[in-house]
Amino acid sequence: MSGPGLLAASSSGLSGPVTFGDVALALLLVAVAVGVSRWQRVGLEGDMVVATVRSFVQLLAVGYVLDYVFGGHGWLTGVALAVMVTTASLTSGSRARRVAGSRLVASCAIAVAAAGTLGVLAALRIVPLSARSLIPLGSMVISSAMNTTSLVMTRLFDDLATSRREVEARLCMAQSSRQAALPWRRVALRSAMLPTVDQTKVVGLVALPGAMTGMILAGASPLAAIRLQLVVMYMLLGGNAFAALVGAEMTLRRLFTPAHQLARYVRR
Amino acid sequence: MSGPFLEYRAVGVDGDDGPIIDGFSAVIAQGGLTLFMGPSGAGKTTLLRLVNRLDDPDRGVVALDGRDVRDYDVLALRRRVQFVSQVPVTFPGTVATNVGPQWAALLDRVGLSGELAEREADRLSVGEAQRMCLARALSMGPEVLALDEPTSALDTDSKAGIEGLIRGLADAGLTVLMVTHDPAQAALADRVVEVHPYRGRTAP
Repeated sequence: MSGPGLLAASSSGLSGPVTFGDVALALLLVAVAVGVSRWQRVGLEGDMVVATVRSFVQLLAVGYVLDYVFGGHGWLTGVALAVMVTTASLTSGSRARRVAGSRLVASCAIAVAAAGTLGVLAALRIVPLSARSLIPLGSMVISSAMNTTSLVMTRLFDDLATSRREVEARLCMAQSSRQAALPWRRVALRSAMLPTVDQTKVVGLVALPGAMTGMILAGASPLAAIRLQLVVMYMLLGGNAFAALVGAEMTLRRLFTPAHQLARYVRR
Repeated sequence: MSGPFLEYRAVGVDGDDGPIIDGFSAVIAQGGLTLFMGPSGAGKTTLLRLVNRLDDPDRGVVALDGRDVRDYDVLALRRRVQFVSQVPVTFPGTVATNVGPQWAALLDRVGLSGELAEREADRLSVGEAQRMCLARALSMGPEVLALDEPTSALDTDSKAGIEGLIRGLADAGLTVLMVTHDPAQAALADRVVEVHPYRGRTAP
């Protein structure tokens, strides 16, 4: 497979780039939404304005940052990925804050998912080792691993807390905490990995995924677009497996004590 | 080994809002049936859980054969001290898979018919399930049985049956520790350890 060719786009998609003038014109559609909200007394006008302004500011900033990084400052790729991993870890960690040290768990799980998948893709030269490929791919695997990690952490905590009698009965039979937690670990891994598997099954049938639509809009051939999309889907499957595994492993270490006891905060 | 078999030395355990147990001391000899008696909320169950280390004290020491239970290999300790919970917990599968390869002798020992061996464990009555849990505990070859209100979920008939069974196990040489808040069960026991609720700093 040719590395750079996979991500490169030819022209003839949209007739020239979208200008800020075009963006301003597209605000008409926001005006429609605000109008509907006001007319139907939905009460979302304020949120819509805030959302519109935020999206503009956030994407403008990201655009300039990426432009700068791609323009000969590729060394910042690592920094950009680290910022994404950190933000994702804080988000996932706070969603599963019942698990002691959930932020650290999330950081490790998401970092391993990103490093593992991007590392494999780059090492096998499936994608070039460049900011232009690693940052977008990284953002996809990181945001997906974030959801997986949140799921695996909350699921393990909830299930072990609910089933604490069964878990402790197993511990009483001199099972290690690892053995005792095995059925719940399996369920948590499964439920965390399943959404990506299902997405992969129906890809293209239910919705055209982002990477592919983006490439097609940018003028690439549909066949080039699907090749990239396949790589993205496989990356997400692999990344989520990494995240689920590391997340489950580290979460279990925080739900049990080294003496094979269910931690007190899980029992209460 | 000389010295007390099981000893609580100034044990304290904290809950969410301060101590549940504080400064609890007791010495329990080997063999026989010892009751932990007291009102609910006094921490009786917690005292049992400290022996097989489902929980650890925040203060003080629980010692078995003169050694802090934390100094034993925890999984070996749990084989030696079998804890049976108040509500019987069955594992997926048949009675025989729950109890293990020695099921025939063990079911007989706890007064269950061998015909139950192939029944799904979750389809037993509560009384049968509690007996099965005792058989499962005995399958580990324990020295100590720690029973947390084993009869509280049972009707009067099953209760009398289980009480007889427990008395028999104590007579056969096991050290049986049993939590109860039923004063009538004192008649069964060789020793009674009174457990008083923690009164906080207002107590003199």
